[in-house]
Amino acid sequence: MTLGELLSLRGLGWADVLALWGHFTLLSLLAVGGAITTAPDMQRWLVGQQGWMTDAQFTTGVAIAQAAPGPNILFVAVMGWQVAGVAGVVATMLGIMGPSSLLALAVGRFGQRRAESIPMRAFTAGLTPLTLGLLLSTGWVLTAPTRAEWAAWALVLGTVMVSVRSRLSPMWMIAAGALAGALWLR
Amino acid sequence: MPDTGGTPDEPPLRRPASCGDVFRVFNRLALQGFGGVLPVAHRELVERERWLSPEQFVELLTLGQVLPGPNIVNIALIIGDRHFGWRGAAAACGGLLVVPMFIVLALATVYQQFAGNALVVGALRGMGAVAAGLVVATAVKLARTLRSNPLGQPASLMLAAATALMVGALRWPMAGVVLGLGGLGMALAWHRIRQQETAR
Repeated sequence: MTLGELLSLRGLGWADVLALWGHFTLLSLLAVGGAITTAPDMQRWLVGQQGWMTDAQFTTGVAIAQAAPGPNILFVAVMGWQVAGVAGVVATMLGIMGPSSLLALAVGRFGQRRAESIPMRAFTAGLTPLTLGLLLSTGWVLTAPTRAEWAAWALVLGTVMVSVRSRLSPMWMIAAGALAGALWLR
Repeated sequence: MPDTGGTPDEPPLRRPASCGDVFRVFNRLALQGFGGVLPVAHRELVERERWLSPEQFVELLTLGQVLPGPNIVNIALIIGDRHFGWRGAAAACGGLLVVPMFIVLALATVYQQFAGNALVVGALRGMGAVAAGLVVATAVKLARTLRSNPLGQPASLMLAAATALMVGALRWPMAGVVLGLGGLGMALAWHRIRQQETAR
C-alpha cells in the first residue's frame, strides 16, 4: 500500500470528512454504556443515510475489532478507515473520543465525590434500561448480513448461552465463530 | 489520593514512575485484552502494579460506567490525569489505543486483500455472528441488574423495549431517543429515589 493510497479519501470530499467527525462527536456524548451502544446509529447513518458502506462491511469491521486485542472502541477506527482512509480514522476517533474524554477528565477532577448523590444515581438508574435496549439493537444490526442463515442464528444463540453461563474468554468464541463460518457460512 | 488505600495487611500502593511508565502499563494491558480489556485491567492495575486498591478500582469503574464513552478509556484518562495531569491522561489513553489501533487497521487492510476468498468471507461472517451474540449476552447480564434498579423491573423493561424498538427496529436517530426516553427514565428514577430516601 502506497502513501497516496493511505492518505486518499476514497472518493469522499473534505466536507464529508467533517460531517463524519460531526456525527461521531454527537454520538460521543450519547455513548452511555460504551461506544458499542451507538453502533445502531452509526449503521443507520453510514449504511442507510450516506451509503458509504454496506451492512457486510459494517459487521465485518466490528468483528475484526473484536477479534483483535485492545479496547472494543477501535471498531470506530475501522469504520473511519473503510470510509475515508487515514482522514476517516482521525475524524471518527477524535469525534467519538473527544467530548466523552473531556467530560471524564472534568468529572475525574471535580465531581468524583458526587457519584453517590441523588442526581448521579438517578442519571445511572434512568439510563441503564436504555443501555440494555441499545445493546439489543446493536446485536440486531450486527446480524443484518447473515439473518437468512440458520447457522448464523445458531452461532448467535450459542454465543449468548456460553458467555452468560461461563467465563470463557471471548477470544475463543470468536475463533470458534471463524471456524464455523468458514465451514457453513460461505 | 492513590496512596491512601489498602489495609495494614496488604502491601502499600505504588505510583507510576513517569508518563512512559503509564503508557507502558496501559499498552501492555490493552494488548492482552481480546474481546474486552476490563478483566485484564483489574489484574494489571490492582494485582500486578498496585496503582489502585480493589475499592478504588470499583469506584473508578462505577464512575467510568456513569460517564458516556468507553469505560476503560475513561478510567485510563482519570488515572493518568491524577498522577501526571493532562500529559499522564494522554499517555494512558495513547498506551491503550495506539498500538492496538495499528493492529486492527492492519487486519482490516489484510482482510480487504482476501475479500474475494470464500473461506475468509465465511470466517468473517461467523465472527460477525459471534460479535452479535457477545453484545446480546452483555444485555442479558445487564438485565439481571435491573432487579435492584430504583425504577423497578416493569418500568425498566418497558424503557429497554421501547429503546430497542425505536433505535433497532424503527431506526430512529439515537439522539432524540436517548434525550426523550433517557430524560423520562432519569426523571422517574429521581422521583423513586427521593421516595425511597424519605420513606427510610
